[in-house]
Amino acid sequence: MTEPILSITDLQMYFPVMKTGLRTVKTGDVKAVDGISLDVMQGETLGLVGESGCGKSTAGRAAIRLLNPTGGKIVFEGQDITNASRRELRPLRTRMQMVFQDPYSSLNPRHTVGRIIAAPFEIQGVKPEGGIKKAVQELMERVGLNPEHYNRYPNEFSGGQRQRIGVARSIALRPSFIVLDEPVSALDVSIQAQVVNLLDDIQKEFKLSYLFVAHDLSVVRHISDRVAVMYLGHIMEITDRDTLYAAPQHPYTQALLSAVPLPDPIAESQRERILLQGDLPSPINPPSGCVFRTRCVFAQDLCAVDMPELREVAPGHKIACHFPQISLQKQIEIRRPHSDQPMPPSSIQVDRPQTSGPASGRDFVGE
Amino acid sequence: MSYLEVKDLRVAFPTDDGLVQAVDGVSFNIERGKTLGIVGESGSGKSVTSLAIMSLLNRKHAIISGEVIIEGKNLITADEETVRSYRGHEMAMIFQDPMSSLHPFFSVGDQVAEAYKVHNDVSDEKAFDHAIQMLDRVGIPEPAKRASDFPHQFSGGMRQRAMIAMALCNDPSLLIADEPTTALDVTVQAQILSLIKDVQKEFNSAVIVITHDLGVVAEVADDVMVMYAGRVVERGTVNDIFYRPEMPYTVGLLSSAPRLDQVSDRLIPIEGQPPSLLRLPAGCSFAPRCFAKSHVNGDACDTTMPELLQTRPGHDVRCHLESSARISVAKQRLAGEN
Repeated sequence: MTEPILSITDLQMYFPVMKTGLRTVKTGDVKAVDGISLDVMQGETLGLVGESGCGKSTAGRAAIRLLNPTGGKIVFEGQDITNASRRELRPLRTRMQMVFQDPYSSLNPRHTVGRIIAAPFEIQGVKPEGGIKKAVQELMERVGLNPEHYNRYPNEFSGGQRQRIGVARSIALRPSFIVLDEPVSALDVSIQAQVVNLLDDIQKEFKLSYLFVAHDLSVVRHISDRVAVMYLGHIMEITDRDTLYAAPQHPYTQALLSAVPLPDPIAESQRERILLQGDLPSPINPPSGCVFRTRCVFAQDLCAVDMPELREVAPGHKIACHFPQISLQKQIEIRRPHSDQPMPPSSIQVDRPQTSGPASGRDFVGE
Repeated sequence: MSYLEVKDLRVAFPTDDGLVQAVDGVSFNIERGKTLGIVGESGSGKSVTSLAIMSLLNRKHAIISGEVIIEGKNLITADEETVRSYRGHEMAMIFQDPMSSLHPFFSVGDQVAEAYKVHNDVSDEKAFDHAIQMLDRVGIPEPAKRASDFPHQFSGGMRQRAMIAMALCNDPSLLIADEPTTALDVTVQAQILSLIKDVQKEFNSAVIVITHDLGVVAEVADDVMVMYAGRVVERGTVNDIFYRPEMPYTVGLLSSAPRLDQVSDRLIPIEGQPPSLLRLPAGCSFAPRCFAKSHVNGDACDTTMPELLQTRPGHDVRCHLESSARISVAKQRLAGEN
C-alpha cells in the first residue's frame, strides 16, 4: 500500500470537567478520545463509526488540529503537526479541509454563497487564474449548483444543496485530505444518495483522501475502503470494509451490525439480533479494563483488569478484545438483492452457511 | 373489524405565501394487533397525519377535513372534551424527540403518574406506584429509585422508555410512534423497537410507526403506506412494498438507500428535490423527479394527478403507468440498470 497521508499515534483528547464555586476546580476529565492510533492512506476513505458520544467527531477534529490534543502524535504528509502553532498550521489548511455535519449552522446566513465559497481563497491569499468569481462559479458547477445562484443566501437553498456548498468550499483550495463529519446524516434518503455520489466523484477527480466520520453503518459501508469502529474513546476494531461487515470479530462490532435493521422484511425476520443491554457508560468515569465489558456478553474477569491492546489478528485486521468471537456472529451476506446477476468480481467471497434457505428472501417471493 | 378508520383526511395550513396542503386525501384502516408503517421524507405529511389523528393540531391554524373514526366516533367533528377522553385511553402517542418531550422540572415518575391520574380517579401515591410499575415494564432498571429522577438524569434511550411508559399507562388500543428511534443510536434503537413489539403483543394494540428509515419499517410493520408531498403514493403489505414495489418513488427510495448487506459501486439517487407544498406541480407531484415518466405516452404525468388504484388485492399504487410496465421499470431500477 501507499504511504499514509495522515498518521495518528496514541491520540488523546481530554476535556476538563470544572466545578464552579468560589474557586473553580478541576474535578476530572471527559476522556473523549483515549489513545487511538490509525493511518489514512493516500487516496483511500477511512470510515470512523460509532455511537453518539464515542469520540469519533472529536477524533476527526483533533486529527486536523481543530482541537489541541492532550497527548499523542499526528503526522500529516510527513510533517508532525501535533504541536504546530496557528501560524504554522495556516499554510497546511490548504491541504486539509473539513465538511461539517449540519448544513444549516455551518454556513454563515449573512454571507452570499459566492462569498462563502470564496472565503478559503481570501483567507489564504490565493489568486486563482481568471479571478475568484470565476473559480467559485466553476466550483459551484462542479458540485451541481447553478453558478447563477452566486449571489443567493444559504436560506434560499435546501439541505442537500447547502451540503453541496460545504463541499465546494472544502475543495476550493485543492486539498489532499478532507475530514467529513457526518456529511449526509441530516439529509433525506433520496438526497443523501446524491451527495454520497458527489463525494465519490470528487474523490476520484481530485485524488482526495477521506476520513469519513459517521454513525450510519450502511453509508459507511458504501463509501469506505477501510473502517474503524470506536467505542468510548477507543478503537475496537479496524480492517478493510468487506472483512468488517462480513466477518467482524469484536463483540461490539457484531452487536452494532446486528442492530441495524435491514430494508428486507424476510431477511430481517430471520436474523439473529444481539441486543446490548444498558447504555454507554460515562466517559468521565469509564469502566476499568476493557471499556466495553459492562455491556459485553462474553466478558470475563480478565476484562475488568486489563484493557486489551489493539492487536493484529490477520493482515490489516486489528481488534481490541481478549476473547474475539469468530464463528458466533451469523455473517451478513454480501449480495445484490433484486437481481439475479452474479457477484461482481471486486467483492470478496464470504462463507454463506445458509444461502440455500430463503434467507435472501428472493426465492419464494418472486412473481 | 378495523379499530381506526381514516377517510379522506385533509390538513391545510394557511400561510402568508398561500395555502400549504400538508395532507391531501389520506385514507386507511388499521386493526388491533397490526402495525402500519408510514414512510416518507421530510415534508411528506406523515407527522401531520399522526397529529391530525390525535387531534393535536390547533384548529385555529389548520384547516382539517375528512374523518378519523375510532369505535364509531368521528374525532374530527367531536368536541375537545370527547377527544380528551379518547386521548391516553384509546390512543396515545410516542414523540420523536425524547429530549424535548419531557418536562425538565418534574420527576419522570410524576410525569408518568400524571398521565395515569388524568383518566383514573386515584390518589397521588397510587398513581406514582402505577408509574413505577410502568417504568419497570418498559425496562428501566431500579424503577422505584429512578422514578424520582429528573429527565436530565436519564440517557436518551431511557427517556424514550419513559415516554413509552407514559403512552402505555392507560392501556391505549392505538399507539402512534412518530419517529420513535430517530434520535437514538442503533443499539438503543434495537432495544426500543423490540420493546414496542413486546408491548403490542401484550396489549394487542394497533400501532402506527412513522419513520423515514426503511429498515425500521421492514422490521416492525405488517402494512406500509408510502407518502409523498401529502399524498399516499403506494400502499400494501410489507412484502408488497419491499419485494414488489410499483410506484417509481417507492422504487427510488429502495434503490437510493445504501445497504448494510449489499455491495454497490454507485448509489442510484432520485434526482432533484421534493416539491414545495406551496407550488405543487400540476400533474403527479412526483413527475418532475420521476425516472419512469418517459414510459408514459402523452403528457398525463404533467397534467393530471393519478388516482390511488388497486393493482392487486391489498396493494394500491398511484401512477399513470400500466402495472406491467411499472413492474419492469422497477425491476430494472432495482437491479441498477437505469
